[in-house]
Amino acid sequence: MATSPQVGTLDVGRIRKDFPVLDVEVHPGVKLVYLDSGATSQKPLQVIEAMDTYYRRQNSNIHRGVHTLAEHATLAYENARVKVAKFINAAKPREIIFTRNATEAINLVAYSWGRANLKAGDVVLLTEMEHHANLVPWQMLASEKGIRLEFIPVTEGFLLDLAALPALLEQFKPRLVAFTAMSNVLGTITPAAEIIRQAHAAGALTLIDGAQSVPHLATDVQALDVDFLAFSSHKMLGPTGLGVLYGKQALLEAMPPFLGGGDMIKRVQLRSFVPNALPQKFEAGTPAIAEVIGLGAAVDYLNAVGMDAIAAHDHELTAYALERLEEVPGIWIFGPSAEHKSSNATFTFAGAHPHDVAEILNRYGVATRAGHHCAMPVHEKFGIPATTRASFYLYNTREEIDQLIEALYKVKEIFG
Amino acid sequence: MDDLYREVIIDRYQNPRFRGELDPHDYSYEDDNPVCGDHIRIDLRVDDKDVVTEAQFSGQGCSISQASADLLMEKITGMPIAEVRKLGKQDILDLLGIELGPVRLKCALLSLKVLKGGVYGLDEVVTLDELAAS
Repeated sequence: MATSPQVGTLDVGRIRKDFPVLDVEVHPGVKLVYLDSGATSQKPLQVIEAMDTYYRRQNSNIHRGVHTLAEHATLAYENARVKVAKFINAAKPREIIFTRNATEAINLVAYSWGRANLKAGDVVLLTEMEHHANLVPWQMLASEKGIRLEFIPVTEGFLLDLAALPALLEQFKPRLVAFTAMSNVLGTITPAAEIIRQAHAAGALTLIDGAQSVPHLATDVQALDVDFLAFSSHKMLGPTGLGVLYGKQALLEAMPPFLGGGDMIKRVQLRSFVPNALPQKFEAGTPAIAEVIGLGAAVDYLNAVGMDAIAAHDHELTAYALERLEEVPGIWIFGPSAEHKSSNATFTFAGAHPHDVAEILNRYGVATRAGHHCAMPVHEKFGIPATTRASFYLYNTREEIDQLIEALYKVKEIFG
Repeated sequence: MDDLYREVIIDRYQNPRFRGELDPHDYSYEDDNPVCGDHIRIDLRVDDKDVVTEAQFSGQGCSISQASADLLMEKITGMPIAEVRKLGKQDILDLLGIELGPVRLKCALLSLKVLKGGVYGLDEVVTLDELAAS
C-alpha cells in the first residue's frame, strides 16, 4: 500500500492545499474523504478567488456598458470563453455557448436544432447508458414531434456494443447520434472517435455528453470532429450554475435561437426581432458572469496541472479502488474492468441497501453517492434499483480509498 | 448499540413479517421516492366494519424505509380505516424509536405516504416534503 500521496505524476499533497474544503471535519475529529466528484468537484482557491475578485473589484453587467467596470467585466467574461474554447480545442471562441448546466446545453440542441430539423419518424440514436440529461430532452421531442429513439446496447461487460452500431446506422439512418463519452455510473469510456466516424459516414450529426469525460480526459473537438459537445463547469473545478455547449459554427449559425430576451438580439421592434450573431444569439439575458470567470480560472488550474497527468492519476486511482473493492466480501462492481473506465467505482453490497452503505460510510467521513445517479435505465437493464458510487478526481489519494475500504468493513459488521 | 441501526430496524429489514402482496385486496397503492428510487406498494384488506384485517407491503428500499413499512403494517392491522387516516409523522418516529435527519426522514415516511394515498384514494394526498415538515 502506498504511503505517499503521490499518484502518477501529480503532486497531490500540493494540490490538496488549494482545496480548503478538504480540511473540513464532517464530524468532530473526522476529516472529509470526498469521493463524490462525479456529482460535483470541489473548488480550488484560485477559482474561489477569481469569483471573489469579480464581485469585489469588477462587478458590472457585461456588453454595451462603456464605463470602466463594464469593460473589465466584459473582458474577463470573454477571456474565459477564449480559455474554454482552447481547452477543448474549438476552432473559434464563438463556438462556445454558456448555458445554465450541461443539461440545458443538451436541451438547447434538442429544442433549437431538433425542432428545426427533425420531423416525425426521424431517428435519434442514443445509448442505454445515458444520464437522464441525454434521454429526457429527446423523449420530450419524441412526444412533441413524433421522432423515434433507438439505442446502442450496453454489453454484459458494461461496454458500449460497438459491433451493433453499423446495423443500427444502416437500419434506422439516424439524423443524430447522441452519446456519453464517459458513463457517470459505469465509468465506461466510450469509443467516441469511432462512433463519430461511423455516424458521419452514415449521414448523422453527433453530440457528446461530456459532463463526465471533459473533467477527466483531454478533449479535442476538432480531432474528434464532433458536432456538439455539452459539459458542465461544476464537475471540472468550476462553479455551479454554468454549463457549456460547443457547436460547430455553421450548425449554430443555422439554428434558430433558444431563449428570447436581452443580449440575444441585434435589433428589436414591437412585433419582430433580428437575432444577434454567435455566441450571444444563444445567451439571452444576463449570464452567470462570476461563474464564467470562475470557470476560466478552473481551466487555468487544470491546464497548469495538465490534463494528461490528471487522466493518468484518475485512471490509476480507479484501478486501485476496483482492486481493493474486490477484496471486500459481498461487493459487486457495476462497471467494466479498469482498462475500459476511469473516475469512479460503482457497486452494490450484498444485504445492505446503497443508502445504508452511504450513511455508514459518512460516519467515517467518506462522502459517496447512493441511488440511481440519474441513470435509471442502465440500472434497470441489470436489474438493480440502486448502487453506491465512489468517484475520484485529482485531489484524491490512495489513502482515501483505503479509508473507504475500512469503512465498508464497518457496513459489513452492521448488516453482515 | 448503534443509534440509527437499532436491532429492531436491522431485524425488520432482514426478516420482514408483513412483506407480500394481497390479491384480492380492498386498498392498494404504490409510490416512489424519486430522490433515491425507493418503491413501496401497500395492499390492505378490511372487514365489513372498515377495520384492517390484513396489511402487506412490497417493493424495495433501504433498511429505514423497509423497516418502517413493516412496523407500520403491524400497527395498522386491526385498526379502523378512520384511525389509519389520522396517522402522522410522529407515529412512524415512535415505531422506529430513532432520531432521523432530513434525508432519512423521507425514507421512513415513504410507507406512510403510500398508505395515505391508498386509504384516501387520491393521487396527491400529501408530498414527502409536506409529511417531513409536518
